[in-house]
Amino acid sequence: MIKAWFKSGTPWVWLNAAAVSASLIMVVGVLGLILVRGAGHFWPSHVIQFTYQEPNGEIQTIVGEHVDTSITPAAMAKSTGHIMADDEDTLVQYLIKTGNRDITGTDFRWILERNIKQRQAPAELMVVERREWGNFYGQLVAVKENGKIIAEGEQAWPIAQTRIDQALAVFEQIAHLEKKEVGAINYSLEQLRLEQKKLQLENLWDAAAEQRIAAEKAELEIEYKKYQTQLTELYRQIRRDSLVAKTESGNEVEIPLAKVVRIYQPNTMNLFHRIRHYGVKVVEFLTDDPREANTEGGIFPAIFGTVMMVIMMSIIVTPFGVIAAVYLREYAKQGFITRLIRISVNNLAGVPSIVYGVFGLGFFVYILGGNIDRLFFPEASPAPVYGTPGLLWASITLALLTLPVVIVSTEEGLARIPKSIREGSLALGATKLETLWLTVLPMASPAMMTGLILAVARAAGEVAPLMLVGVVKLAPTLPLDGNYPFLHLDRKFMHLGFHIYDVGFQSPNVEAARPLVYATSLLLVLVIVGLNLSAILIRNHLREKYRALEG
Amino acid sequence: MTAQHVRTHSIDVSSILRDQKQSTEPNEPCIKVENLNLFYAQKQALHGVNMEMPKKKVTAYIGPSGCGKSTLLRCINRMNDLVDNVTIEGKVLLDNENIYDKAVNVAALRRRVGMVFQKPNPFPKSIFENVTYGLRIQGINDKRILEETVENALRGAALWDEVKDRLNDNALGLSGGQQQRLVIARAIAIEPEVLLLDEPASALDPISTLKIEELINELKEKYTIVIVTHNMQQAARVSDYTAFMFMGELIEMGTTSELFTNPRKKQTEDYITGRYG
Repeated sequence: MIKAWFKSGTPWVWLNAAAVSASLIMVVGVLGLILVRGAGHFWPSHVIQFTYQEPNGEIQTIVGEHVDTSITPAAMAKSTGHIMADDEDTLVQYLIKTGNRDITGTDFRWILERNIKQRQAPAELMVVERREWGNFYGQLVAVKENGKIIAEGEQAWPIAQTRIDQALAVFEQIAHLEKKEVGAINYSLEQLRLEQKKLQLENLWDAAAEQRIAAEKAELEIEYKKYQTQLTELYRQIRRDSLVAKTESGNEVEIPLAKVVRIYQPNTMNLFHRIRHYGVKVVEFLTDDPREANTEGGIFPAIFGTVMMVIMMSIIVTPFGVIAAVYLREYAKQGFITRLIRISVNNLAGVPSIVYGVFGLGFFVYILGGNIDRLFFPEASPAPVYGTPGLLWASITLALLTLPVVIVSTEEGLARIPKSIREGSLALGATKLETLWLTVLPMASPAMMTGLILAVARAAGEVAPLMLVGVVKLAPTLPLDGNYPFLHLDRKFMHLGFHIYDVGFQSPNVEAARPLVYATSLLLVLVIVGLNLSAILIRNHLREKYRALEG
Repeated sequence: MTAQHVRTHSIDVSSILRDQKQSTEPNEPCIKVENLNLFYAQKQALHGVNMEMPKKKVTAYIGPSGCGKSTLLRCINRMNDLVDNVTIEGKVLLDNENIYDKAVNVAALRRRVGMVFQKPNPFPKSIFENVTYGLRIQGINDKRILEETVENALRGAALWDEVKDRLNDNALGLSGGQQQRLVIARAIAIEPEVLLLDEPASALDPISTLKIEELINELKEKYTIVIVTHNMQQAARVSDYTAFMFMGELIEMGTTSELFTNPRKKQTEDYITGRYG
């Protein structure tokens, strides 16, 4: 009976199906976790006021967002020093985000559920998102202008809102001036300094050159002065107003509006407000620069850096891999040597990526970059231009890393082109080269795209080698900007994968940053999916165009 | 095959020959094969072949599978060069010029000797691009010339009326017979002197086959045609001269009517009466 059942093949089918379901559950689980944790981070939750009895008996008020709950069995709780009553089975603890790091020194604290005497969600509790020290939780008391109170009590809230909007507009102007205008002047000044040094090195530094450079410098200085006065005025404006707020313990603190990103009263928000708040936060996350050691604000530079690096890598790896594959498949005499090369190429795909990082640092950065600096940028020394990790070297290192997959899939694609098509082309008087360019390569292009898709999937998620050849925690400038030559391949850049590692495990405030880890992971997955989807769309289009003869 | 079948078979052939317009007067040779030996690695595939193929006539190669007729055909446009480990000895003269001479430009030779394969092999491009492929390779990009050539070539291949409204459609959307005629159009678009047809109708249905055969009859007014075929009736229907090959050797060659009605060699007679395969 059992034997017959085994012979029927049913258990085998069940085993297969079970394996598929297990993989499916794991994939869905991973995506589900990062989706829920990552996407939930931006939802404005209630701020709760707890009346809490400390273990020493003292009654205290704690204000904060309920972040997490931990349930510990009684035995385990006892062993960690908690006093447990006999009828208690579990110890329930809440993780509360209390904010106010500037006052209390911490952002989070654990409280025991059994010691909570009362919990309320008063409408007047507000959250202040700040540029420093994390969130502030408390009540608005007054709004000050130049140190004088202009609104108090009921009127304070609407006035505070309008003043914050003004301050934010000023802040944006300041950021624009400092980053774009003053940044451009600084860039030009640096270029002038380099030009002067170059002329001096080449012994071309004469009165005329000196005069010209001095004149240009003076012009820039004048412009700089102009922006400086503008900035001083803007800074005066932004420093004018401040908020007075009361903390949970009744202390009054003054928060300058220059440091405030937004204020909101989560307990009064209805669903519509919450959704709007959520949308604003998500947009901020996607488009803003990071703040507070990357634990707040957006991750736009990291998205930009990741996409930029992947595109650069694709531009390098595709022609390189395709040319190599064409030689191996079309021109090289098939035999022992080509077999050896193929085996080596396949094995290259298995080399740990950090090894490529070490190679990239040792060869590309120090040897290649160092020599480029010596030959072409002597005026910049001792500061390196290309002799330091940067976007170019990171892209080349990853191109090397992903080269095997492009070579292998292109070769497979070339091998699949029917002989009859090649003969047809040759019989019309085409040379081998013309046959390749006009017929074989276009027909093999879907296979090349497959290789590129695999390469992109691998490169976009790679972190280890990047840490050695160009990724940094915080890049002051994007690799693409308005200053000539616009694309700065020598610059260091930010990367989503590294950002996850940095925010989650290297930041001073790991607890606060954890949701961001999930959100960033979600984004990294989405970016890779997006890059892959576009490549797949192109491939399907090509497939349709060059669908080969059957058989 | 039973003996009964065989007899009808051979009677069929002679009846076809009676209907055909006889044109047996000798012609100046266009292609001359002299003492051609061909080896695939150690294996000899052609044994000292000598033959002449006259200008603007159709020459058919017949013979059992693996007898070397396709190999011989592919020697005429040096298609065998693509095979690894191939050695070719002897001469093939095209207009008294040895095509295996070192100085010969193979691409230029193939422009003079067009070829159509057993299975239709249009490129995965539009019909227009398929026909102009050979011209574009020669650097002809003048739209007027290209359009004119496409029309002439498609008319020449009796395909124009069927495809004139969809020249920009993918050629792979055509039927098998249309594809084969497209491939012929592609070959004649570059105006070769010789057209090699390697079993051009073996993958096609009877109606398409008939169209191809009619086409061959028209094409021989302009081109020297060499056709390999498995089908003896087809050889009898379309060719002026027939060569019978066996085991890599040329057994007999003569005008088609002579070879089919009055073979000189026993082997030829055995084959055309069906005593082989």
